[in-house]
Amino acid sequence: MNKIRTQLMLCGGTGCHSTGSIAVKEAINNELRRHGLNEEIQVIETGCNGFCALGPVMLVHPEGIFYQKLTIDEVPKLVEEHFLKGRPYKKLQYVDPASKETIPIMNDIPFFAHQMFWVMRNKGIIDPEIIDEYIARDGYFGVAKALKEMTPDQIIEEVKTSGIRGRGGAGFPTGLKWQFAKASPGDVKYVLCNADEGDPGAFMDRSVLEADPHAVLEGMIIAAKAINSRQGYIYVRTEYPLAIKRLEIAIRQAREYGLLGKDILGSGFDFDVEIYQGAGAFVCGEETALMRSIEGKRGMPRPRPPFPAHKGLWEKPSVLNNVETLANIAQIIVNGGKWYASVGTETSKGTKVFALSGAVNNIGLVEVPMGTTLRTIIYDIGGGIPKKKKFKAVQLGGPSGGCVPEEFLDTPVDYEAIVKVGAIMGSGGAIVMDESTCMVDMARFFMDFIQDESCGKCTPCREGTRRILEILNRICDGKGEPEDIETLKELSYTIKDSALCGLGQTGPNPVLSTLRYFIDEYNAHIFEKRCPAKRCVALLKFEIDPEICTKCGLCFKSCPSDAIEWKKKEVAKIDKSKCVKCLTCFDKCRFGAIF
Amino acid sequence: MNEDFQHPDITQDMLKEINEIISTNKNKSGASITVLRNSQNIVGYLPVELIDYISKGLNISSSELFGIASFYSLFSMIPKGKNTIRICLGTACYVKGIKEVMERISNQYKIKEKETTPDRRFSLETVRCLGACGLAPVMVVNQDIYGAMSSDRVLDVLDRYK
Repeated sequence: MNKIRTQLMLCGGTGCHSTGSIAVKEAINNELRRHGLNEEIQVIETGCNGFCALGPVMLVHPEGIFYQKLTIDEVPKLVEEHFLKGRPYKKLQYVDPASKETIPIMNDIPFFAHQMFWVMRNKGIIDPEIIDEYIARDGYFGVAKALKEMTPDQIIEEVKTSGIRGRGGAGFPTGLKWQFAKASPGDVKYVLCNADEGDPGAFMDRSVLEADPHAVLEGMIIAAKAINSRQGYIYVRTEYPLAIKRLEIAIRQAREYGLLGKDILGSGFDFDVEIYQGAGAFVCGEETALMRSIEGKRGMPRPRPPFPAHKGLWEKPSVLNNVETLANIAQIIVNGGKWYASVGTETSKGTKVFALSGAVNNIGLVEVPMGTTLRTIIYDIGGGIPKKKKFKAVQLGGPSGGCVPEEFLDTPVDYEAIVKVGAIMGSGGAIVMDESTCMVDMARFFMDFIQDESCGKCTPCREGTRRILEILNRICDGKGEPEDIETLKELSYTIKDSALCGLGQTGPNPVLSTLRYFIDEYNAHIFEKRCPAKRCVALLKFEIDPEICTKCGLCFKSCPSDAIEWKKKEVAKIDKSKCVKCLTCFDKCRFGAIF
Repeated sequence: MNEDFQHPDITQDMLKEINEIISTNKNKSGASITVLRNSQNIVGYLPVELIDYISKGLNISSSELFGIASFYSLFSMIPKGKNTIRICLGTACYVKGIKEVMERISNQYKIKEKETTPDRRFSLETVRCLGACGLAPVMVVNQDIYGAMSSDRVLDVLDRYK
């Protein structure tokens, strides 16, 4: 066997795939062969590294050197410099935007330095398509321990001690959920994994499935042992083809190794898992709707009780856990619940993965211990707001959540603390908005989403969200009326109180939270017919302020419909008959001269 | 199975494949979505007549199957164009200006969401977050993903798809 001196861990997550990592991999392999290095240097395609904004990214083992934004054109130089001559190739290394210094080692980069990898402990380290690599990282030890040494009650006790709560959004204690399902009478029970990650702006579950699918399977097997189930289902969004492919490979390999199927590890315990693909309906992330969908019906929720722990899939007792929750389980079993509970706050234990995106420098996947402040996530890890713009708010929990403004940025990541400031932990989407985001328009965006995804079963959600959307549309169109704000509040509280499922009950949250923190923007739209963020087209004049205009001509060059007249050293002018109101010039103007 | 079923967009080979899908899934509980998905993959969309045909094969009422097909956004009952444009309407893309990209496409090709151009060159679809927020705003044409899309670049990109 050849001795491999260096391994190149090339990110193969969806983000890096789409910035070209597959072609880069081929190019590196070609270059290595050309220099005869292919026997000592190996390229490994890993799961999502997390630093999606800089993709494709690569980590050089064992030195831990990090390369970003790889392109096919740069590959020959990279291979020659680093692997032939032995000096790191500076051009592709990370430069700290503040100090302008190059940071060669991955763990020294602030984005990684403030994180704590539990759920993502294998990201970028193993090839997710090879089960042996997972096992080499103590994979399936949790299953071995749970199946051979522990009783179902001991497993449940350990999970309860850990204090882990559902990572899908609601935060229900996982151990308790299992206990209810175990106590339910019946021979046939199901373990379900919710991988229907529908919140726009959330991609943690996808990355976990892509980077470490066996961790999720392991969690499911342990859950099955705890509640005595023989069959599991993973409900995955159809929009995640790579995650589905990696799961299929993982299940096949686990079966070959006797980790799924009959008599797992000779313990006499049988359990198998099937993948079920969703068909594009946000409401199917709700537990009862998800089960309906697996049954092949319209995915509509039903009233609870009975809870799924008593009557779930095909009316049998079922446990439904989120991907991230399940990915934690094996480590809790191996290291003990006390170990897990040692990190976090009073009521929220362990770590939480956030999908950090929007108007922030370092977009990507971030795992932090519970109790970390939002400010640390956005500024220390996220690197702050690009283009010198001002922070406005961060939206947590997607369309069911709310926004957190500047004054509450020191709120810790904790289920209860986040609810107090009017948002929810949710599944972990964290979308940062700067001053150019209009909060009324944002509320309208979420309401448009909710009313489109409302399944139509209950009246408050079906009719109420439509009415809210109509009012918000009117406000953004400059036709808002003074009484609109009261009507919005009344509708929102009524829907929250009376809707059937979580989608409706939380749907008005973005409206309520923007009303709470950004009432000034609503007032400006309604009373002054003005959009302070300059996003609502109907409220813009499309004129240029000659006082502010620096005569630079950027707007003229960017206009797609030749509607802007400009000559050197002259103030630009917009011809309204040609203008298509696309807002391109608003984005290009650095001085805010267009209004 | 009704051998006389005919539809201009469905060839005999396609029908043969669909028949196979129906017979393998016939007695499985909860298979209706799988059958619809696989059939749509073969034909490209789900003509109403085909839904009717499948419902007979699966022995469930056509209204129930139609109800399922219309509930999930994956299923389309109108023909698809040669190229499918999918616009991500996730929050991150929205914050970074996907709305303007969408409007530019709509204005240029005179199509709205879920429509196909008369020459069947493009179909315009929207998706609820592709989970590639690091690349926002994101547009997908067929299998090609375009990140950091902007309203001034989008038409140049689409021009490559004839």
